[in-house]
Amino acid sequence: MSVTDIQLQQDTAGHDDHHDDHEHAQSFVTKYIFSTDHKTIAKQFLITGIFWALLGGILSVIFRLQLGFPEMQLEWLRPFLGQWITPEGQLDQEFYLALVTMHGTIMVFFVLTAGLSGTFSNFLIPLQCGARDMASGFMNMLSYWFFFLSSVVMFVSMFIETGPASGGWTIYPPLSALPQAMSGSGLGMTLWLVSMALFIVSTLLGGINYITTVINLRTEGMSFSRLPLTIWAFFITAVLGLLSFPVLFSAALLLIFDRSLGTSFYLSDIYIAGEALPHLGGSPILFQHLFWFLGHPEVYIVILPALGITSEIISTNSRKPIFGYKAMIGSMLGIGFLSFIVWAHHMFITGMNPFLGSIFTILTLIIAVPSAIKAFNYITTLWKGNIIFTPAMLFSIGLVSFFISGGVTGLFLGNSVLDINLHDTYFVVAHFHLVMGSAAFFGMLAGVYHWFPKMFGRMMNDKLGKLHFWLSFVGIYMVFFPMHYIGIAGFPRRYYAFTSFDTFSGFADLNALVSIAAILTLGAQFIFLFNFFYSIFRGKLAPANPWKSNTLEWTTPRFPEHGNWPGAIPKVYRWAYDYSKPGAKDDFIPQTVPYSHTPESNLDHENEEAKNEDLTGVEKSE
Amino acid sequence: MLNLIIVVAVILVLAVLVTVFRVTNLVDVVKPKKDDADANVPSGNTAQGVLMVLFLVVGVIGFFYYSKTEFDTYNLPITSEHGHITERLFWITMVITVFVFIVTQIFLFGFSFKYRYKKENKAHFYPHNNKLEMIWTIVPAVVLAWLIISGLKEWSKITGPAPEGSEIVEVMGYQFAWAFRYPGKDGNLGDVDFRKIDAINQMGLDLSDRRGHDDFMPTQLVIPKGKPVLLKIRGRDVIHSVYNPHFRMQMNAVPGMPTQFWFVPTVSTAEMREQTGNPDFNYELVCNKICGKSHFGMKGIITVLEQDEYDSWYKEQQENTWLKQNPDYLAQVPNDLKEAAIIASGIEIIEDEVNSSAQGSSK
Repeated sequence: MSVTDIQLQQDTAGHDDHHDDHEHAQSFVTKYIFSTDHKTIAKQFLITGIFWALLGGILSVIFRLQLGFPEMQLEWLRPFLGQWITPEGQLDQEFYLALVTMHGTIMVFFVLTAGLSGTFSNFLIPLQCGARDMASGFMNMLSYWFFFLSSVVMFVSMFIETGPASGGWTIYPPLSALPQAMSGSGLGMTLWLVSMALFIVSTLLGGINYITTVINLRTEGMSFSRLPLTIWAFFITAVLGLLSFPVLFSAALLLIFDRSLGTSFYLSDIYIAGEALPHLGGSPILFQHLFWFLGHPEVYIVILPALGITSEIISTNSRKPIFGYKAMIGSMLGIGFLSFIVWAHHMFITGMNPFLGSIFTILTLIIAVPSAIKAFNYITTLWKGNIIFTPAMLFSIGLVSFFISGGVTGLFLGNSVLDINLHDTYFVVAHFHLVMGSAAFFGMLAGVYHWFPKMFGRMMNDKLGKLHFWLSFVGIYMVFFPMHYIGIAGFPRRYYAFTSFDTFSGFADLNALVSIAAILTLGAQFIFLFNFFYSIFRGKLAPANPWKSNTLEWTTPRFPEHGNWPGAIPKVYRWAYDYSKPGAKDDFIPQTVPYSHTPESNLDHENEEAKNEDLTGVEKSE
Repeated sequence: MLNLIIVVAVILVLAVLVTVFRVTNLVDVVKPKKDDADANVPSGNTAQGVLMVLFLVVGVIGFFYYSKTEFDTYNLPITSEHGHITERLFWITMVITVFVFIVTQIFLFGFSFKYRYKKENKAHFYPHNNKLEMIWTIVPAVVLAWLIISGLKEWSKITGPAPEGSEIVEVMGYQFAWAFRYPGKDGNLGDVDFRKIDAINQMGLDLSDRRGHDDFMPTQLVIPKGKPVLLKIRGRDVIHSVYNPHFRMQMNAVPGMPTQFWFVPTVSTAEMREQTGNPDFNYELVCNKICGKSHFGMKGIITVLEQDEYDSWYKEQQENTWLKQNPDYLAQVPNDLKEAAIIASGIEIIEDEVNSSAQGSSK
């Protein structure tokens, strides 16, 4: 175990529990804008993520209005959407696709990748590992500002005359490569690619930092086998990102070449807009392979941090150790590894060699096993617990529910022969919105509710949190559960309307229900927004350890300065899950308490370890 | 004016909500704490557990009720041979997943309710149980292996080579419609070249290949019942997807990479009209890969005829070869094939060669 002590100079100057902006020489700019403090950067990611989540949600409600109420007059949206509302007061057909595309891009990348990993990896890795900051605070700052830049470019792309990228978030060429094919594939697509390139830079800068910090900057005693599952999840996520995002970058690069330099990586035999294009020999399937080589790990990049957060919260609030700590790590490692070799299950019916389809079916269904283990372990953690329903706990239970509901439908879609009929229908929409979208979103919210006291030193309102949970939970099920039926009936996704087909004349009632539920769910998020911003300034001051949790972040002061701990970094003597240990006085034993202080609750091997503990710097409790 | 009223109303409602929130906050502060109340447990903990069980019960009842009453709405009749097999696997998977889904949700919400905080209780320290964990690793693995194996057999059959003597039809997707081509008398589709495409030669028939001279291109996809049909699929501009939920059939149409899908239709359009009680019923060819503005309107009609009806339809159609309908394109036929082309396509009036040589090429 390496001992790391990167005591920062400014920590030696006055470190009391009171927060005082003027005490430090930091200006507003270095403290809140170009900050290298991981906590501030985490908050920057969070608030940017919240902005994007709100925007992504609003976009989805606009296209849900179209789907649920095709005849509705949308003239009142003209002040916001301008020319995208047709003279008849309807949503423009191409803009509908732009909405769908931007909703997907925003939610997958900007909210659930940057907003989730960016916030919680940044915030928790140093705090839970026992480090003063990230390995490179400067790179960390760059990571946020590249993300910010990327956000600006993407945001700007929504306001250009030809509209933002609109070929779906998967931007399959030739559609995305040819401005003749749709107007969104013009400047909008260029901006999309630029934005994603910047985004990838941000992700890599962040990821390198997370990995380095976890490996090198753990405090004394914090072995990998004592790391909280949150950190394990963030660590594996960062590795996945580091390995897969460069592939997306290369895919995007080749697409840029095809678009602008006349190469033919993805294009061949195309006749469009009255002319045959000179491209020969390219393959659109190549892009799909490259895209999904990122795209599939990406869904785990989205869900693993959420699962990590949930592990921590469920354990804490059940007052029980997480069940099967090692199995949880093993599952995450297994999922991480397998996530790289299942990508082509998105491509069963693209014309890819059917033999590949067989291989990917096998690999895909294998990945269901570690996912199932995780779900079972969460449920067993609840068993015989003493459960406290904090809002964070509610959202975590909600996450597990979504993860199961959305996960089981993966058995249909991952089976190539069943995918023939379900591919690209609403069944897929239901599947991934539950298992990855809503589950990860709930993980993020759970994390905000749980660590808000550490982030802002104040408590969020408990009742509003619970109201927010129930409205969101019921709302999300009402949005996505009916989509299974619509999908089994064969309704294709990314359809502006179903009026052209007699086959799809039904389900107007369900579609309307889904839309109403979507509006209510979005509405419920404003309760959260109010609670969040109100509590930052007016919430009750948080106690030191509001959830009676074991992990290191709760040993910091209420308003930790840059450097996190005023004195020496605490040492770690045990794993993070000693909740309700038989014999112990309290129902939790923080990681900083040595075994030699708790002979009453030690297990045999722990008594052995107690003999060799280095207790320098630890004051005897009680 | 109405807008203004709405805005004002919204603001007022929000103001009321915020006020209510602040009042409850203040009441909370002032209200004396009960002695036995546990400071760490937020009030209403039990209520949350009850709500969870309530949600579970209402959700599960709603799920089964809707699934049963609306079965015919979401479960389209199956009209292909492989459709029956995939459907069987679909419902086997459904039974397994619904079982797992219901049981795990019952445990999840049930445990949440049952083990909700009680002051006198202490959680059971239970960090792991290797035997239990082995069981729920191995059982899903075995079930999954079984599902995979039963699926793969069918997958290789469906995606394998089409049986000898299948009806071959070419389907081409383009923004935003479908085009169909039949091999004609000789039973062979002629070569195509995207550089030959123009406003009339939509499919880019390459007239230097004699096999194409008798090809015909009707506006609908017409196929026989009870006989394997092999669709040769391609995309002209962007990726499309040939999809029909009744046949449980789908394959992407990719520019530059021809794909195919074969299946055996088992119910004719006429029979479907009778069965569904809808005299206007048609099988519809659905585009199921985002392809641009009018993606949602990219429809083709598929007509399934009885074999004898199909034969007479085919006989009739093969007189209307594409070349016969567009005799100008005879100019593109190489000189040595011209005579054969005239015969194969059934052209009656021969255009003056000198006149037609000036027009017709694609660029």
